[in-house]
Parts: sequence; structure tokens; C-alpha cells
Amino acid sequence: MSLAGDKQTTASSWRDWLLTDTPHSRLQARLGRTYLGWRSFAGNPLAMAGLVIFAALVLMAIFAPLLTSHDPLAGDLGQRLLPPNDTYLLGTDQQGRDLWSRIVYGSRVTLMIVFLTAITAAPIGLVLGTVAGYAGGWLESVLMRITDVFLAFPRLILALAFAAALGPGIENAVLAISLTVWPPYARIARAETLAVRNSDYVAAARMSGASSLRIIIGQVMPMCLPSLIVRVSLDMAGIILTAAGLGFLGLGAQPPSPEWGAMVSSGREHLLDQWWISTFPGIAIFVVSLGFNLIGDGLRDVLDPREQ
Amino acid sequence: MAMPLLQVENLNIRFQTPTGISHVVRDVSFQMGREKLAIVGESGSGKSQTVRAILGLTPGQVTADKLEFNGENLLGLDLAQWRKIRGKRIAMVMQDPKYSLNPLMRIGDQLLESCRDGYAGKSAKERAMEMLVAVKIRDPERVYRAWPHELSGGMGQRVMIAMMLITEPELLIADEPTSALDVTVRLQVLAILDDLVRTRDMGLIFISHDLNLVGSFCDRIIVMYAGQIMEELDARHLNAATHPYTQGLLACLPELGRPVAALTTLQRDPAWKQQQGRRGTPQ
Amino acid sequence: MKASIRVIISVITTLLGLLIITFVIGRVLPVDPVLAVVGDHAPAELYARTRHEMGLDRPLWEQFWIYLSHVLRGDLGMSLRTSHPVLSDIASVFPATLELATAGTLIGIIFGVPAGVWAAVHQDRWQDHLVRFLGLFGYSVPIFWLGLMGLLLFYAELDWLPGPGRLDFGYEDMIEPVTGIMTIDTLISGDMELFKNALMHLILPASILGYYSLAYISRMTRSLMLGQLRQEYILTARVKGVSERLIIWRHAMRNIRVPLLTVIVLSYASLLEGSVLTETVFVWNGLGLYITNSLFSVDMTAVLGGTLVIGCVFIFINMLTDITYRVLDPRAR
Repeated sequence: MSLAGDKQTTASSWRDWLLTDTPHSRLQARLGRTYLGWRSFAGNPLAMAGLVIFAALVLMAIFAPLLTSHDPLAGDLGQRLLPPNDTYLLGTDQQGRDLWSRIVYGSRVTLMIVFLTAITAAPIGLVLGTVAGYAGGWLESVLMRITDVFLAFPRLILALAFAAALGPGIENAVLAISLTVWPPYARIARAETLAVRNSDYVAAARMSGASSLRIIIGQVMPMCLPSLIVRVSLDMAGIILTAAGLGFLGLGAQPPSPEWGAMVSSGREHLLDQWWISTFPGIAIFVVSLGFNLIGDGLRDVLDPREQ
Repeated sequence: MAMPLLQVENLNIRFQTPTGISHVVRDVSFQMGREKLAIVGESGSGKSQTVRAILGLTPGQVTADKLEFNGENLLGLDLAQWRKIRGKRIAMVMQDPKYSLNPLMRIGDQLLESCRDGYAGKSAKERAMEMLVAVKIRDPERVYRAWPHELSGGMGQRVMIAMMLITEPELLIADEPTSALDVTVRLQVLAILDDLVRTRDMGLIFISHDLNLVGSFCDRIIVMYAGQIMEELDARHLNAATHPYTQGLLACLPELGRPVAALTTLQRDPAWKQQQGRRGTPQ
Repeated sequence: MKASIRVIISVITTLLGLLIITFVIGRVLPVDPVLAVVGDHAPAELYARTRHEMGLDRPLWEQFWIYLSHVLRGDLGMSLRTSHPVLSDIASVFPATLELATAGTLIGIIFGVPAGVWAAVHQDRWQDHLVRFLGLFGYSVPIFWLGLMGLLLFYAELDWLPGPGRLDFGYEDMIEPVTGIMTIDTLISGDMELFKNALMHLILPASILGYYSLAYISRMTRSLMLGQLRQEYILTARVKGVSERLIIWRHAMRNIRVPLLTVIVLSYASLLEGSVLTETVFVWNGLGLYITNSLFSVDMTAVLGGTLVIGCVFIFINMLTDITYRVLDPRAR
């Protein structure tokens, strides 16, 4: 048999393995479901467009030096406030910095904020939710009440208050946003924990002498991860907009760091005559947020087709 | 023979699904006069879609050689034309009044909505009250002002019947009208339906999955399976059914006074799905 | 009755939690809470006096108790920037935010509900896609940027609308603040020129907020409407030969009124949040601008006061939707 024929049988045998009606392990069943979910997602052109935008963002961040020819942080004051032209693709700002370079390098800032927020907020929610769900009783009530209180605040304003108290800087902004974003994750983690708490394999683990902590970490938390990951993806767009809002207000990444929200703000005084300084960073924020929203909608369609 | 009330010839209904075309009703042909015709079949047999096509209310794609009501063509009508037929000349009663009545509208208002043209000098409200009395509702004033959730299942269904018969249609379709009711209430509602249909000289299409019920209530029975007609027979000759599917259905029915060791289950022959639409015992 | 009591208890505990959080933000988070209140350039004795007043030499829970009793008396502290009590500052600027949020929500309802219905009726066709796309746009675009672009287009380029501010520059002092709502106050004063001016200034910021409201309301209306159009009673109405128009507006609409009201109220609440950035862009003298100006002056007392007030308003609005839901559904009675 030819090599090409071999490859074809391997691919189709993988597919058959994934789509079989009788999986031999939970892992196989999970992977099969994920594969089907991916197929459904891939059939949705808008969702794929979102994925393309996300990929473009990542590539832009990685290959920033290759895509730009000017320094994003230091400007040439002799070239300030220039409109888009051949040398400066999107024009220059009030310090003579190339706007295109700043936007491209700004993708790194954006990705960093989004990524750090996700890995800060998700664990907080995961821990609080699983502990609440597993422990039950007054501990659960107290923790859920705390969750409700945080949910009662409008997100931007709470993040603003936190960031104001913590001071400027990107880590503080990440912390501030994380502190406003974790409550839904705690709710999800708790719901999943409640569903799993009385299941057989948890009972078995308990009988074999595992401590509560080990059970929570080893059995319960992994069950929460899929829903949590989905929820975090759905939140991404909102996180970006909140971060941009904080940046606009001067909190978050400090100059000369090319944070898109801060760039929009800096262009305000020159809005009427040098409109490009505020306009282009805003378009960048919009496109990235749109991309995440499209991915989120696509995920939601895959997971709950009734909603259509 | 007088013009049949309804003539259906090679009716086909297809649905577009993500995995291809679903052929839900295949080459269904029958006709009826002013009589009580039953369409019997299990879930998914296509009986509901067939009658919805008669009202132009199926979301599927409808094709037929002939679909005529009193000689008038029902194929390819636009919304304005359908609105002249729906409610006025053909009406339908559905299964559960809990869902088929608007929960946020008083009964009276829903009855008034049915009233379309004038009624020989009477006001619409008088006409509505008349109908409530005709369906044997004892306190029509109270029911007129009531909300749907305040009525029992039997009363709700009687209100539905009243609502649908206000305009004196020529054909009434009843889609499992008693399936959601208690057994005792069932007989009352059937009696009312029988009486009204007879006195108004209407045609009735009665959809059910209950062979016994339609055997005693209707004049003729059509048995459907997998979108096709398996057999068409006179209700009186139900026990002489020739098609194995019908015989199988009959055999499944438990009978008082004839205990069996194990209840029979229906063995479905895949060949039944392949056959062309069949006409059974001739009239 | 029991349910209402439970709601009230829940609200009270949430308010308590709110106070704890603002307290923590104000006292525990900053490295030096006194500096946060008096600023970097305060003289030593002011620092010492404030430190004593804030009770920082006492245990934390006692500090919280003092804070709580102050707040319950309406004392939210003194603004560093304006030298007025924070609460009276907030009271004077809040109506401006109400004006903006109300105008925005009205725009959201007037355009959002019909758009949602239109999309639902034409599900999966171009009308539906158009409405859903406009909604998606609204969820993705940064509000402060949209405001700036609006100013750029309608004020700078086209000169159709006036620039930032609630009235043309300098006129704000000419109006007697009766309600604090500029459009109403100018109307009361009888000066039609100023009234028109106020109205024109309101249009752009209200439209920006209105767009957000519209995006949310149209999406929810579409979803609710689709849910209703699937119901059996709609089929009954069709069988009766009722016109499509009546099916939507007499039958389906009636059944989504209550959840839609909840949506509208929640949208109103979210506009209060959106006003922070919008007021900053349009220099609109409301609570949002007050908070951001306090932020720029590192006036933590004012920032926290504003946060507390908005948080309370949010909680009350949510409680309100809960109660209205119960009251308006005849089946729940």
C-alpha cells in the first residue's frame, strides 16, 4: 500500500476512534465530544472570523519587531503630530512616536492584561466556589454572600475604586479587574461542585481515606475546569473593554507603555486636528473585543444550540 | 357522490435539516366528506404535519398533486388568502389548553377575537356566550371573565372548542383533543364534540394515538406510520384490519376480561417504510 | 409576604457587604490611608489630626463601626478637591447622571424594542443579521472611543451638534438649578433658547449611551420574542386567522412585557455605570465625571463616596426588578 493511502487510513481511523458510539474511557468520550464541538464551531463563519482575529493578535504580539520599523516608546519630536503617510503608516502622536508601532506593541500589553487577569481571577473563583460547594453549611452561605456582594457592584466602578486605591501600574490594574471578575467563576465552580459532591468516585476517594483537600484538588476542581474555561472566554471581551476604560482614565499601564486605552485618552486634546491619535487605537480595541465576542458567541452556539 | 369536503392527493412534506432533507409525509392521499375521520399513528408518523398542511401552518415544504377544500385549491395560497380560510372555514383544536390558550388574556377576549363577521343581529359577546352554553359550560359569565389558568383541563378544552366553532367552520381538526384530559372528562368532551359536529353538519378530522377511542367515536380511520398511510378502513370494521401494522396495534391493546401472560409489543417491519401509500378496504 | 421579607434581608446584608468593601478599599488597601484622604502636601498637624479622626490608632473593627455610623448618618467624608461634604457634592451632580441615563434608556427602548421584534419576526434573514450585527458592534466598541468619534463627526466635521458640556460654555451659571436636570430647569426658566441648547447638548451623549442600551434591549427582546413565537397559543391565534401584526403586538408582546421591563430596568442600571466614561468624554457634570475628577486629584474619599452611592443605587434597582416581577405576573398572585 502506498504511503498516501496509509496516511488516509490513519486519519480516518482517528476520526472513527473519536466518533465511536462505544468509547472505552472517559477521556475518549471527552475528546470525541470536543472534536464534534470543534467541527460545529468551525462550521460557523463568524466564530472562525473571531478566531482569526485572535490569531492575528497573537501573531502581532509575537512578531512585533518584524512588523514595525520605528521605536514605539521613543519619538522624534521633529516628526510629531504627522498625519498617516508613507513613513508613518498611521501617523505620529504628540511625542513624535509612530502610531502603528505603538498599536502593534500595544497588542502585547493587551494580551498580557487579558492573560494575567484570567489566571488571577479564575483560581480565585475556582477555590472559593469549590470550597463553598464542598463544605456546605455556613461556610457556603458566607462565601456565596460575599460573591453576591461583589456581583452587586457595577464592574467598571468597582475596578476603578480598586485601581485608585492600589495605585497606577499594570499589575494593580490586573488585580483590580480580577477582583471584579471572579464572582461568576465562583458561582460556576460551586454549581459544578454541588453536582459532583455526592458522586460515586468522590465517595470512593473519601472512603479510601483521602482528605477533603485532596479530594477537592484532585477530583472536584478538574470537573469545574471546562465550564470555567468557557466562561472565561466569554468574559474576555468585557475584560478588554474594562482594561481599556481604566487605561483611558490613566490607571493601568503607565506611559510610555503603549496601552491602547491610554493612547485614546492622550489623543483627546488633539482630537479635532489630529484625529488619528485617538481613532486608530480605538479601532484596535474594537476589533479585538469583537473577535473575542465572536468566539464567545460561537462557543455558546456549540454548547447550547437551543439558544438559536 | 357529492363534492368531497377535503381532497388530498399525494401530499408530501419535507423539512430542511442540518443533516439533509427529512421526508416527513410521503404520498399521502385521502378524501373526506362531512363525517368523522380519524388519523391514527404513533409519534412521528406525520399525522400532525398532515393536518397542519391543510391549514397552511406547517413550516415544512408542501407539495401535492391536489389539496382541495370544497373544490377550492389550498396549494400556494398567500397569507391573505389563508386568513380567509383559517378560523372561518377550517379550524383546529389542540391538545392542551394550558398551552394553547394565551395565559395573559381573559377567556372572553380570546373568544371575541374569534368573532370575525356579523352574527345575524347579535353582538359578538352574545355570540360568544351562546357558544359557551353550547359546550355545556354551566357558569358562562364567570368563565367569560376568567383567566385560562383558573380553568380545569376539561373546561379549558371546551372553551377551545367554543372558540373554534364560533365562526361555524365547515371542517374542524382536532389534534389529540382529549389526550391531556382525565378519562372521565374525556368522555364528556367527546360527547360535546360529537353533538356539535353532527348538528352543524361539519367534517371532523380526529387525530389520536388511541385506536380504541377512535374506533367507537369516528366513522372512518386512517392509520399512518413513518409518514405514509398504512391502511384506511371503516371504524366498524376495525377488527377486520388487514395491514400487519394495524393488526399489531390492535394486538397491543390490553383488554379487560382477557388477561395475557405478557403484553404483546409491536414488531415493526422495515418493509412498511418502503411501500407506496396504500388504500385499504374500499368503501 | 415571606418572600418580600427575604428579599429585604438579602438587600440589607448586601448593603453591609458593600460598606465593608468600600471600607477595605479606603482603609486597608492603600499603603497610607491618611495620605489618601489629606493628600501628599498636607501639613503635619492636619495629617496627625486626620489620623486621629479616622481612628487609625484603634482596632480595625472599631474603625469599621465608626465608618458605618458615619455613613448611616449621611456623612461620607469631606472632598479634598471641592472642600465640600461628599454627600452634598454627589446630591448636586447626581441629577445630571439621571438625566443622561434616562434619555439613553428612552432611546434604547424606542429603537431597541422594535428592532428586536423585527429581528425575531425575520429570524435568520438579513433583517435578523443586521440587528444582531449592530448589537454585536455595541458590545464590542469602547464607549469612550465612540463618544470621541461622535464628537469628531457630529461636532467637529458636520457641526450638527454642539460640543462637550451640558450647555454652551459659560451659560451654566445662568440657570437656577431647580431639579438639577438641565432640560427641565431650562424649560422651567422659560428661556427657550437655553432649553434648545440644553436639548442639543443632551443628544450626543444620550445617543452614545442609548446605543449601548439598544444593543442589549434589542438582543433580549429578540430572544424573548422568539421564545414566545414558539408557543402553542400563537399557533391557536394563527389558526383563528389573526393577523401577524396582532399576533406580535397583542399576543406575544403581552407575554414578554414583564421580563422586558426587567431588562429595561437592568439596562438603566448599566447606563449608570456607562456614564462614568461618557461623562468624562463629554465633560458632563454628573456623578461619573465627579468620580473621575476625584480620581485624577487622588481624592479617595470622594471616589469611595461615589462608588458607595452607585453601588447602593444598583442594589435598589435590582431589588426593584425582583419585586415588580412578582407583582406584575397574574399567575404569581
